[in-house]
Order: sequence, then structure tokens, then C-alpha cells
Amino acid sequence: MLRQIGAILAKDLAAELHTREILSAMAVFAITAVLTFSFALDLRGATGEAAAPGVLWTTIAFTGTLGLSRSLAREQESGGISGLMLASEDRTVIFVGKALSNLVLMLLLEIVLLPLATIFFDVNFVRPSVVLIVVLGTVGYATAGTLLAAIAVNTRAREVMLPILLLPLVVPLLLGAVHATAGLLEGLTLAEVGSWVQILVVYDLLMTAAAVATFSYVVEA
Amino acid sequence: MIEVRGLRKSFGSRTALDDVSLSVADRERVMLVGPNGAGKTTLLRILATLGRPSAGSVLIDGRDPFREWAKVRASIGFLSHQTLLYGDLSARQNLRFYARMYQVEDADARIDELLRRVDLHQRQDDLVRGYSRGMQQRLAVARAVLHGPTVLLLDEPYSGLDPIASESLTRLLDGLADDGCTLLLTSHRPVAEGRLFDRVVALNRGRVVHDGAFGDPRTFADRYRSWVGAAEAA
Repeated sequence: MLRQIGAILAKDLAAELHTREILSAMAVFAITAVLTFSFALDLRGATGEAAAPGVLWTTIAFTGTLGLSRSLAREQESGGISGLMLASEDRTVIFVGKALSNLVLMLLLEIVLLPLATIFFDVNFVRPSVVLIVVLGTVGYATAGTLLAAIAVNTRAREVMLPILLLPLVVPLLLGAVHATAGLLEGLTLAEVGSWVQILVVYDLLMTAAAVATFSYVVEA
Repeated sequence: MIEVRGLRKSFGSRTALDDVSLSVADRERVMLVGPNGAGKTTLLRILATLGRPSAGSVLIDGRDPFREWAKVRASIGFLSHQTLLYGDLSARQNLRFYARMYQVEDADARIDELLRRVDLHQRQDDLVRGYSRGMQQRLAVARAVLHGPTVLLLDEPYSGLDPIASESLTRLLDGLADDGCTLLLTSHRPVAEGRLFDRVVALNRGRVVHDGAFGDPRTFADRYRSWVGAAEAA
């Protein structure tokens, strides 16, 4: 099972290495969003600390949707996920492999986004506690996004359908992530924003469990 | 061996398959014909476990594929009218990916053998998106048989191929059948490649309307019209 998950991850990364379609689209969007917000709003000092987490997570959410849509389109061009369904021992393998590859692409983007946002917003996002929140939030986003991408892949307006389905579902995750990030930027410790961190952890666990339990029905429908 | 009994598949109020029963013996070459919408693709997708039946049973080599998929998948190869190949990967990368998924032993040697067999070894490192339709279809055959299946399900494999590519595909399928592969191929029209087949099953509106020997290929078009009706056959 682990070999199959690794094969899906390696396949997606190899395809991305050839084209750089997903990362370049996500990077252009993220850089444009950060630049636009930094020039449109005065994000220095207290205002920056208050607004920057929202700006950061909005950027992550929309770049993530962009990446998921393209990842989904790549599977669609090859004939949906029928090939993966034929070759995998278990449908869960497909979900975990695709979720991991979406997660890796989002994390790669965030490696660029966090320092960029630190420079333009004059707020230090590059610290372990904030990175932990970003990783927790991204895990939940990639998990929910992969499940919904599998639903959207069989719909007629799939690239429109994905954000319509996904964004309302990730509202709790985004609320938790924004509040936790804001608290950390204000100087609180991880323990002091523990309730928001718990929301992120519980969301990640619930979404993973729901996705694993329902994925085979979704793809065979 | 494939055993289908009383298979029924509905999509909402529309019945795609209605009480379909069919047996395909080992090494048999069966063509499944019928007009568009007859239920051929639905049947093949169920046999390949890409869709679940509403009622009825399927056995492949005596196993229920929906209960024992991990064991059954090794014996099924599926070629759809979509190639199930990744255009952003080379031919070799596509086959290596599927080899890892199917856990093929000595994968590099097997990939080399298949790339030569489908005559793509000289273009193996090119991205698949640059291949012609015929080349993609040959590579798709290599993908479908990579893990050494005993049953090959082919859904409209000749669709979109020019005569030269069709002939090349026929030679390939003939070779696979000679190696012991059971072939079940769908077509929405009588095709010249029918000479490959021992038996023909005609589907119309989700029901089996004929099941018998392939017979004389020269009279096949007339017989086909009599099974499915002149209007449907047109």
C-alpha cells in the first residue's frame, strides 16, 4: 500500500516537474495577492498584525483551490481516475496518494509565500509556531480539497464546482487557522491559542476519517 | 473466465443494462457489438470494477471482483477509449508508474519488452502528449497488459484510429490472444477487425439480442442490422 501511495506521489511530482503548470500558476497568484494587499492596505504595525493572518489564509485558500483544480484537470485529461482505480489495491490508496501530492505542492508554495508575506507585511510568519499552524491548516485543506475534487471530477462544470463545494466546507478550518495565526503574531504561545489549534487538529482528523470512509463510494458513483 | 448473471444497471430512471447474462471462456475472443447507448461501456466498466451493478452477479476466474478486488485486479487489463495515460509523462514514466501500482516484478525488463512490442522504444522518453492517437493507443495496450492479465477488456479500441493504426492494433491484439489472453472487445459498428473473433454478442437497449459464432465476416453487417434493427445500426 505504501509503495502505491509513493507511486502516485512520485507520478504527480514528475508530471509537475515536466510542466511546472501547477506551481507556476499558484506562485503567480500568491505573489500577485501579496503585492496587491501590501500596497492596498497599510500593513505595518498593529494593523498589519491584525489583517495579515486573514490575508495570508485567503491567499493560501485561493492558491490551494487553483492547485487542486489543475491537479484534478490533469487526472481528467488522462481519463479521470479510472486508471488509478484499476491499478490500486484499495481506493484509499488513491485518496492518500492524491492528498499527499496536493499537500506537497501547497507546502512548496508556502515555502515561498511565508517569507514573501513576512517581507511585505512586516510581520514574522517564519517562526516554528506559525509554520506548525500553516502545516495543520494545509493538511485539512488538502484533505477536504482532494475528496471534493474527486466528486467534482465527474461533474460538467468541474473547475467551477470545486471552489463552490470546497470553500464553504473549509470555513471552520480557515477560522481556526486565522485566529491561531493572529494570536501567535500578537505574541501568544501555542498553549494560549490551544483551542484554535485543537479545532485544526480535530478538523484534520475528522476530514481524513470522512474522506477515507467515503472515497470509494465517491469514485465509484 | 468471465461469468455474468442477471446483470442490471440503472442510472436514475434510465436502465442501461437489463438482465444481461454472458459467459466468456478462457482464451476466447468475443466481440460485443451494439449501437451507441446499448450498454456496452457500462458492462465493460462493471467487469473492470469501475462501476457497481444495481443487481446481478459477476465472477472473474471464479471470484467476485467487488469482494476480492485485490486478487482479481491482477487478472484484468482494461483499455478504454480514453487511454488512461498521463500526457505530462513520457511513455516509460507512464509504464513505470503503472508497474509500481501493479507491483510488477522486474519492471524495467517488462517495460523494455512491451515498448519494443508496441514499437515505441525509440520514442520512450518523449512526452505522451506529443504522440499520435495511434501511438497513444499502442502505449495504452502496453499499459493494459503490463501486469500480465489473462482477461483483456477493450472498449472501442479502434475509435479514432486510421487504417494503418487499426491494422497495427489488430496485430498487437492478435499476438496477445495467441499468448493466451481472453479478449472481450466492444464496438458500436461492425469492424473489419472482426476476423479476430470467435464469437459475437450483440447488445441493444441494455439487453443481449444475439449470442453466437462470429461467422462469415462478409455477411456480418447484414446480420448486425437484423439483430439491432436497421435504424439503430445506421
